[in-house]
Amino acid sequence: MTMYLSLAVILLVFVVIFQIAKASEYVAVLKGEEQNRKQTNKINGFLMIAFLVLGLIGVWYCNKLYFSKSLLSVEAASIQGEKVDMMIYWTLGVTGVVFIATQILLFVLAYKYQEKENRKVYFFAHSTFLELLWTSVPAIVLTGLIVFGLKNWSFFTSEAPKDALQVEVTGKQFGWIFRYPGKDATFGKKYFKVIDPASNSLGLIWRDSAELNLKDDPYSHDDIVTEGTMYVVKGKPCKLIIGSRDVIHDVGLSQFRLKMDAVPGIPTTMWFTPKFTTEEMKTKTGNPNFQYEISCDQMCGNGHYSMKGVIVVVSQEEYDAWLAKQKPYYFSAFPEKAPVEKAVEAAKPATEMKAATTDSAAKK
Amino acid sequence: MSHEATLHTSHDAHGHHDHHEHHQSFISKYIFSMDHKMIAKQFLITGMIWAVLGGLMSVFFRLQLGFPDTSFPWLETILGKWAKGGHITPEAYYALVTTHGTVLVFFVLTAGLSGTFANFLIPLQIGARDMASPFMNMLSYWFFFLAGVVMLSSMFVETGPFSGGWTAYPPLSALGSASPGSKTGMDLWIVAMALFVVSSLLGGLNYIATVLNMRTKGMSMTRLPLTIWALFFTAVLGVLSFPVLFSGFILLIFDRNFGTSFYLSDIFVNGVGALPNEGGSAILYQHLFWFLGHPEVYIILLPAMGMVSEILSTNSRKPIFGYMAMVGSLFAIAILAFLVWAHHMFVTGLNPFLGSVFVLLTLLIAVPSAIKVFNWLTTLWKGNIRFTPAMLFAIGFVSLFISGGLTGIWLGNSSIDIHLHDTYFVIAHFHIVMGVASMFGMFAGIYHWFPKMYGKLMNNTLGYIHFWVTMIGAYLIFWPMHYEGLAGMPRRYYDFSIWESFKQFGDLNKFISIVVFVVFAVQLLFLLNFFYSIIKGRKLTNPNPWDSNTLEWTTPINPGHGNWPGEIPEVYRWAYDYGKDGKEFIPQNVPIGDDESHH
Repeated sequence: MTMYLSLAVILLVFVVIFQIAKASEYVAVLKGEEQNRKQTNKINGFLMIAFLVLGLIGVWYCNKLYFSKSLLSVEAASIQGEKVDMMIYWTLGVTGVVFIATQILLFVLAYKYQEKENRKVYFFAHSTFLELLWTSVPAIVLTGLIVFGLKNWSFFTSEAPKDALQVEVTGKQFGWIFRYPGKDATFGKKYFKVIDPASNSLGLIWRDSAELNLKDDPYSHDDIVTEGTMYVVKGKPCKLIIGSRDVIHDVGLSQFRLKMDAVPGIPTTMWFTPKFTTEEMKTKTGNPNFQYEISCDQMCGNGHYSMKGVIVVVSQEEYDAWLAKQKPYYFSAFPEKAPVEKAVEAAKPATEMKAATTDSAAKK
Repeated sequence: MSHEATLHTSHDAHGHHDHHEHHQSFISKYIFSMDHKMIAKQFLITGMIWAVLGGLMSVFFRLQLGFPDTSFPWLETILGKWAKGGHITPEAYYALVTTHGTVLVFFVLTAGLSGTFANFLIPLQIGARDMASPFMNMLSYWFFFLAGVVMLSSMFVETGPFSGGWTAYPPLSALGSASPGSKTGMDLWIVAMALFVVSSLLGGLNYIATVLNMRTKGMSMTRLPLTIWALFFTAVLGVLSFPVLFSGFILLIFDRNFGTSFYLSDIFVNGVGALPNEGGSAILYQHLFWFLGHPEVYIILLPAMGMVSEILSTNSRKPIFGYMAMVGSLFAIAILAFLVWAHHMFVTGLNPFLGSVFVLLTLLIAVPSAIKVFNWLTTLWKGNIRFTPAMLFAIGFVSLFISGGLTGIWLGNSSIDIHLHDTYFVIAHFHIVMGVASMFGMFAGIYHWFPKMYGKLMNNTLGYIHFWVTMIGAYLIFWPMHYEGLAGMPRRYYDFSIWESFKQFGDLNKFISIVVFVVFAVQLLFLLNFFYSIIKGRKLTNPNPWDSNTLEWTTPINPGHGNWPGEIPEVYRWAYDYGKDGKEFIPQNVPIGDDESHH
């Protein structure tokens, strides 16, 4: 009912506007086209200035409303992010000046040179000086931005420090799987054809297979696999080795100001050094529910919007304590191979982890 | 004179001389027409239909973004299972977003813009009786029409239309098992796009041939109006880049249907298992796609730039400032358009050095863009401006081009893009600089050339309302999105409620959605004005209503097939002698006077 009512109202407004417009056309014909043109010209000239003034006020007001929500008001949470923010501010400075200057010029010129009787226009078709001026000035300014930009880019894309924490991140529809290399500090080999969502979500090679020409890789036996949440250490560089199990995803880290695609078949890397723990960020942002979220930033299917991961940044001690509790993924597939003396202990967290996994899967 | 005679003969060879006109049947005049003016109108009206559909899709998905918690039972009435319980489903949301993008980029702003104005203006402004090949021209429209039919039919298949984003990246677009929209819907999407590529090639080759070969006597390349230069470069871009897209699609078809692995490798799909494909590269598609995709941005933008240059000069009653620099910057943009595609791929794991090269080349585009902006501003300076609706939209175009162009400097720098890539900042950027700005160029063109198309006048008051509401609305919609983008808010999200980092923008999204509905309604008002004026608009009495210099205004008010009843006028000067020697304007076909000054 409300729908038909609102449709009727919209239609009515349409008809009214249309009738007014038609009437104004008749008036124009009666008054004489010339007269009418002068009048509308004046109105539109005035609106040009009004638009400029209100527009600039609007820009200021919008900034007032939303700057604090844009996260720029909170420091970037990685040393890479600091540089991104710096780039943003420099670029904002340059483009902001150009924006304000050219918009003012545009609307003021339009207002000032609106049609007036007896004005003789200035026949001005060409000026080498002016054209060279606005070719060279932007070129010089841009060179500056390019140099700063590329300096940062080469830092962002540089090799991670040797002591960096290594985590493998794998995207799948619609969640994230994380792998730590375990005690041997080496990731075991994997192959996508041995993936089993229930017991081997990454396809670690821990069985010989004549058919697939695979040999059991002992490095995989101590790898730790978790889903949904990963832990990294404050102040310690963290290198992500990023891949995908199905379609293209993207590891988007807005608080760290970084992102990198996850492409099936082609591993990518990215490294960053977190500056604040999750707890510290809760006070910094004043949000008790604050989380470092991994958002998927590449369209990956109908669940794209829900493909969330969480990064928990902790101190080294907390990290060590967390790591000590983790059991190699191998033992959840082969419980019988878990060390005998710890078999009872080992079985418990493993089932817990599995339960947690199914739990988060069910939520999605 | 001999040139003129040749044109006549070649024209007569098509059997469409003026005196045949009475024998034209309804079908050959209005449907399978080979008259460039009629084909232009066909492109325009088909483009308008698509613009309404594409715009309506954005209204639907803005409903979801603005009011995620509200149920609209009437949505279920219209959309059925795609809006169960009055909520648009994620499947439908992604289908709407994808189709909105595809339709607006290709059907409206490529075919609707180039198809309309290249067809309409090239022969009229260069002084030709028709296109080089009127038959190819007709085919170009009908391939476009067919593409539209196939795209529309994809809306009605059981598994839904394609829903993987207008860029259609594989593996998502290659695997029906990964997304229902990638099943039959995607097959139809590719077929529609392939037909579209054919249409655009037929049109483009024709435009190039016509501009190069069929200019009237005295119309040297440097006397061409800037509209023609812009449409010419647009056609060259299209002809060189669309085939690359086509090749990308062919490989995609092979991967989808014939078991090849061009784009596929190491894939395990939930519920299906490991796929046999190994050794392909999903990134290869992105290179092929953006090799068209980036020039495509300029295919959309250049015609608008050309028309805006023409309209700004005519209504400022002043010559365009720096004609040669304007042509030169169009040329520079056209060249650079081919050398920047990988700036869409900074975060794909691209070689960092290659990324650096693309940063450099991308930011270089700011130089010719700056030249254009300052030349437009100087054109206004010391003019005598008439605010016709076309002029307002042209000024609006410049404002939007500045606003959207400047954020390109942000995104083109990889060390900022690494944060802002695929966020609402990108949405704001490209909608302002390419979407809305080109739309403004198109509106400017329609208001300006409507009297030539239909021999009638549009209602000015409605034109002014249309402009001011759209101008204010466009900024209200897209300006705040920059802030959402700075927060990292990702594109193509159906719902933000689970995200601690992005859910603070709920009120803003609601506000934006409401503005969208108002702006959409005003576009309907424009359409009402357009169609009403065709039928009942005031008749044009002055064949040159804008006191313009270009040749199209030397034709009769309702030009027949062949454009000029007598001989084609000869051209003696450039198109921008406004206010020269104290004269209001001097059309191109007026010989140079003895006492005339040089410029």
